[in-house]
Amino acid sequence: MNTITILWKRQLLRYFRSTPRIIGSLGQPLLFLVVFGFGFGPIFQKAGGGDYVQFLVPGVIAMSILFSAIFTGIEIIWDKQFGFLKETLVAPVSRLEIMIGRTLGGATVSVIQGLIVMALSLIIGFKINLSLLPLALLFMILIGILFTALGTAIASLLDDMQGFQLIMNFLIMPIFFLSGALFPIDNIPEVLKIITRLDPMTYGVDGLRNALTGVGVFSIFTNLVVMIILTIILMFIGSYLFSKIEI
Amino acid sequence: MIEIKELTKKFGDFTAVDNISFHVNKGEIFAFLGPNGAGKTTTIKMLTTLLKPTSGQIFVNGHDAVHNEHAVRKSFGIVFQDPSLDDELTAYENMELHGVLYNVDRHALKGRILELLEFVELLDRKDKIVKSFSGGMKRRLEIARGLLHHPKVLFLDEPTVGLDPQTRNHMWSYIENLSKKEKITIFFTTHYMEEAEKVAQKVAIIDHGKLVAQGTPEELKKQTKTNSLEEAFLKLSGHGIRDEQSTSVDHMRQNRKMWSRR
Repeated sequence: MNTITILWKRQLLRYFRSTPRIIGSLGQPLLFLVVFGFGFGPIFQKAGGGDYVQFLVPGVIAMSILFSAIFTGIEIIWDKQFGFLKETLVAPVSRLEIMIGRTLGGATVSVIQGLIVMALSLIIGFKINLSLLPLALLFMILIGILFTALGTAIASLLDDMQGFQLIMNFLIMPIFFLSGALFPIDNIPEVLKIITRLDPMTYGVDGLRNALTGVGVFSIFTNLVVMIILTIILMFIGSYLFSKIEI
Repeated sequence: MIEIKELTKKFGDFTAVDNISFHVNKGEIFAFLGPNGAGKTTTIKMLTTLLKPTSGQIFVNGHDAVHNEHAVRKSFGIVFQDPSLDDELTAYENMELHGVLYNVDRHALKGRILELLEFVELLDRKDKIVKSFSGGMKRRLEIARGLLHHPKVLFLDEPTVGLDPQTRNHMWSYIENLSKKEKITIFFTTHYMEEAEKVAQKVAIIDHGKLVAQGTPEELKKQTKTNSLEEAFLKLSGHGIRDEQSTSVDHMRQNRKMWSRR
């Protein structure tokens, strides 16, 4: 076993041992599914948007991956002082390996989280396009890696949890709400339209929706290319900032 | 074993460590003392490759800590001031992870882990999650972990802070035993002067980033004409209480209990 696999395994062990965390982090997506799905469903239908649950589920799956991934990254702030991070930083391994192991672990955990939400959504009537399921999984993995890397990058810059609320409200929430997870982004005011196109999450949500339900604003190919490029860029930024951490 | 030459570390205008030089011999138990904010932790961070010095040289086990950091990292084990175990993993898993990170021979790893857990009297708890351990047990586990890869030097940054006298005594007897049996060099910091006086063969005192004295505890007492290391320490570093600026880390340390979900 090498550094990357053992750090990956560590994240999985931690995840599966923490039942409250698993259940806790399912609360929000479930609430979104039920409240928005059934609350806005009739209006959405009347407005000619079709079945809202079909529209919403990919967005909520992406959301649970986004939050779970960001949190794994942000955990580093805590870890810097009271945790395991120091132990890894004085070990004779490169920072890049540590970063990759952590990120893949965080991404795996968040994809599992997304899969659980997907399974639950089948119960409330979500219909899935099975033929493109592997592609959907690929988008989920990309969302997971991209945002774990983003969380890592942010956490590398912050020294304490004070800035956390700021990041949540001014970065993560906008990333989610402006991604088209909750509403269609083709017939909206021009300014908003531009903003949504600048949001990396938009392409993750759209790609996932396209793969799962066959409906999307961009082509699967466009989504995939954009997501892959962004993930690579974020991995570079994340590793760079991670390598600069001084404790 | 450890050699520091004209070591300086500046943070902006502030000089945390100011041109210090000293060396620690193989197998020695060395106490590095100083009031809060004197530069102890900064020095340890440089010795353990977590920080780069502004100028000066550091050699650990003959390797240059700036240019050959991996060789240096393999040479030492460390117990940090704040815990660095993974609380959600078992004692054994924490050890195993360390073994993989330090590339300990896979076939020998299991035996070595069990042997060390036995040494710190945690063998019967090897499959328990670390979260359930007391402060003293965690420290012992950290010591065992720090020894896993056969280091030549063991750094201990305030290892006994927050432990009761029983556990402290117990811990020092482990450490003395270790230095005798395995000839490991021990480099530690502490605020308990009687601890340093009892255990350390050599002492260095740092204040305001400068080395103010070094020698055996006896030499320091003689030099300052005092009866205990504590008095010698106070004479050398003054009685004034240090107003160390509280950092975000202190806040986090305070909030830790509240946050300790791990």
